[in-house]
Amino acid sequence: MMLEAVFFYTFTSTMIFAALLVVFSRQPVYSVLSLLVVMFCLSALFIMLGAFFMAALQILLYAGAVLVLFLFVMMLLNLQPEALARMRVFTLRTVGTAGAAVWCALMWKLFVSTHPANPLSQIPPPAGLVEPIGRLLFTRYLLPFELVSFIILAAIIGAVTLGKQERSSK
Amino acid sequence: MVAASPWLAWTILLAPLAAGVAIWLSYLPPISVGKPRNRLAAVLAIAALLTSFACTVALFVQALGGRLALPQELSVSWINLPGLHITFGILIDQFSLLMALVVTGVGSAIFIYATGYMAEERAFSRFFGVLSLFAFSMLTIVLADNWIQLFIGWELVGFSSYLLIGHWYEKPSAADAGKKAFMVNRVADFGFLLGILALWAISAADPAHRTFNFLALERTLPGLVSAGAVPAALLPMIGLLLFCGPVGKSAQFPLHVWLPDAMEGPTPVSALIHAATMVAAGVYVLCRSFWLFHDLPGVLIVIAWVGGTTAFLAACLALVENDLKRILAYSTLSQLGYMVMALGLGGQVAGMYHLTTHAFFKALLFLGAGSVIHGTHEQDIWKLGGLWHSMRATSATFLVGSLALCGLFPLSGFFSKDEILILAREHNLPLYILGTVTAGMTAFYTARLWFVAFTGKAHGHGHESPPVMTVPLVVLAALSVVAGFIGIPQFLGAHHGELHWDVVLTSSAVVAAGLALAWLVYRKKAVTAQQLVHALALPHSLLMRRYYIDDLYDWFVASVQQQLIARTCEWVEQHIIIELFVNGIAALTRALGGLIRLLQTGRIQTYALAFLVGVVWLLSTALRR
Amino acid sequence: MITLNHYLLASALLFAIGLMGIMTRRNVIMILLCIEIMFNAANLAFIAYARALGDLGGQIMVFFIIIVAAAEVTVGLAIAILLSRQLKTLNADEISFLKW
Repeated sequence: MMLEAVFFYTFTSTMIFAALLVVFSRQPVYSVLSLLVVMFCLSALFIMLGAFFMAALQILLYAGAVLVLFLFVMMLLNLQPEALARMRVFTLRTVGTAGAAVWCALMWKLFVSTHPANPLSQIPPPAGLVEPIGRLLFTRYLLPFELVSFIILAAIIGAVTLGKQERSSK
Repeated sequence: MVAASPWLAWTILLAPLAAGVAIWLSYLPPISVGKPRNRLAAVLAIAALLTSFACTVALFVQALGGRLALPQELSVSWINLPGLHITFGILIDQFSLLMALVVTGVGSAIFIYATGYMAEERAFSRFFGVLSLFAFSMLTIVLADNWIQLFIGWELVGFSSYLLIGHWYEKPSAADAGKKAFMVNRVADFGFLLGILALWAISAADPAHRTFNFLALERTLPGLVSAGAVPAALLPMIGLLLFCGPVGKSAQFPLHVWLPDAMEGPTPVSALIHAATMVAAGVYVLCRSFWLFHDLPGVLIVIAWVGGTTAFLAACLALVENDLKRILAYSTLSQLGYMVMALGLGGQVAGMYHLTTHAFFKALLFLGAGSVIHGTHEQDIWKLGGLWHSMRATSATFLVGSLALCGLFPLSGFFSKDEILILAREHNLPLYILGTVTAGMTAFYTARLWFVAFTGKAHGHGHESPPVMTVPLVVLAALSVVAGFIGIPQFLGAHHGELHWDVVLTSSAVVAAGLALAWLVYRKKAVTAQQLVHALALPHSLLMRRYYIDDLYDWFVASVQQQLIARTCEWVEQHIIIELFVNGIAALTRALGGLIRLLQTGRIQTYALAFLVGVVWLLSTALRR
Repeated sequence: MITLNHYLLASALLFAIGLMGIMTRRNVIMILLCIEIMFNAANLAFIAYARALGDLGGQIMVFFIIIVAAAEVTVGLAIAILLSRQLKTLNADEISFLKW
């Protein structure tokens, strides 16, 4: 019980802190690395929730592939640290903070009011292992599974087409 | 006692209107242009007016024989709303019958004369069309049974007069004269309309029973006043407002300025409108509503003095005029002053009597002047002369008319003018003296006109006019002679009073003196006109500038009205209406558009913010349920 | 005593931070990064519900979200590279062709 709470608060606070770093860092690489930390904390939270396979996938795909892609592109484009204009910072931070606060309040109202506060530890965890998820994927969610491959194909073609260098004669 | 036949009554009113409409329609393609259309127009107009005259005579004969129960009303309901009832109808009583006789009778004579006078005119049919319209409007006034119908006719005659004065509108002076007549009348009609509406407002305690009808008002209003339902101070004000109409239409001082300029119109127009009928409409209105003025001594005094002043001042102006028609115009002004003065002194019958006789001899004089102008193409009396020899018929009838105007026994003018002077003697001595002096001046300037234009050596040459023009002259001359003996006052309800020898003798003496003085100056040349002018230099210059009244009006219009009022209105229109409202709405729309345009920055982040706001709002609305 | 609501609040906070990031950052690649944060917040919510309701569908959903996010990042970064080549700028303020 206690342990669960400790883990939860530790990981959550780390996650939030890292997320804030992502948003407010000047250096782009620092942002990406903070996002990496966010991913790891999220994985921990997933494990606490019993989604073992998903936690692994998160590390593999998100942290391993997507963030690395980001890093590559940043190095390719040689991003410089951006300096925000004074007015821009003030306005958007105010608006952003206000929007975020409102958002949280809304979410709280929306979900908290509709759900009883059952400790999750009392609910038996679903089987978040490879076999049950695989079984679901290939039976009930077969169609989305196949369609997703099309999305990947489209992304690949798009990336290649967009990334092609233009012939100088055109 | 029978009721008047509706056929007769309505024909009197509508025949000229039908002729006018038919003439207007004849401008449509099927009728050929030129001579056939001219002939058609003349035939239609004259036939219509003669028909009206015949119907009027029929009704008149019935009334004379005592077979008609007067007053009688025939009316058609026109506007029937809760609280507003206006009818269109015919009121037959002694005054309207007499006036209708004058309008249709003298009008027919003038119409026939005009076919000869305007024979070479290009716009012949237009002339007769507008004349028919005028006849209809005048009869509307005469036969009206309520104030609104009277006012409609009032404005219509003003409009017809404007069209006829400016008949030769290519001449700038004619167009200006028409405008001036209309505008001066408009000023007067404003007060007139206010008076009519005020009268309507107080005509009944219950708003649904308010009326414009003459007979109904005459019946109910005195009762209301004595019962205290109407504040006593209101009636004199209404009386004065109603008097504004006659001040304008009958060209009383100070709104007399349009009548001399109205001589720009063709002479038949001057004869019909500005001598016999339209200008007499004001007097007629005062007669119609005399029951209202009867108990308002203050208003009556004002009316009498306005009339007397007009008579005197106009006669002075006629002394120095050199244009044939202008002299007659000022003479008309002066005689109108007499009529209004008569009404102010309480003499309904005397006023109408003088109106009738004046219609005869003044129309005669104007038509005679027209004959002279037609024969010699000259209007300045100093360029005429010796017309007695070259235009015998015109001169003879003109002489009869002039003597009637002077008021020489036994012509009609003598009787009617003396009735007025008798009234003045009884009620108001200063006005009596003023009237007598004016009679003397009338004789002087009339004789001056006669001696200068008709006797002596001829400067040009003139030829007599065709019979179509001289026959109406003879008819009118005959009427001017006998009108004193046919019993007009008795018809109108006056009783034969005793003969006032002192008034008769004084007026005859004054007239004789005026005639003698004129003969001395202009025929015998005992005292030349130049010496007189030198002796009376200051009054003479004042008269030559027409008391500077025209200049005063010009200054008022140019400085006060144009500079002050017109500029203010223009400023308001320019800055407030156009810039503030019209352009302001456009500017407001543009500003709003500019504000809304700020939402479209093209930047993704702004749009993302918009999404966020929208989603938050939606969710909060959903959560509120 | 950690209930579903705790996880949901964490998810909401993460989402809000991502939202704030989108509106604050000027560089389009940073904006894409903040979009990733928002995806992750949604993932957390799904997994939490999967646990609370005992339904594995939530985890399947996360599976698909991760894949789609990967595809989207690929194409998005390709576009960003194109932008930097054509317009020589990655400043979101200057890429305002969506207005008249």
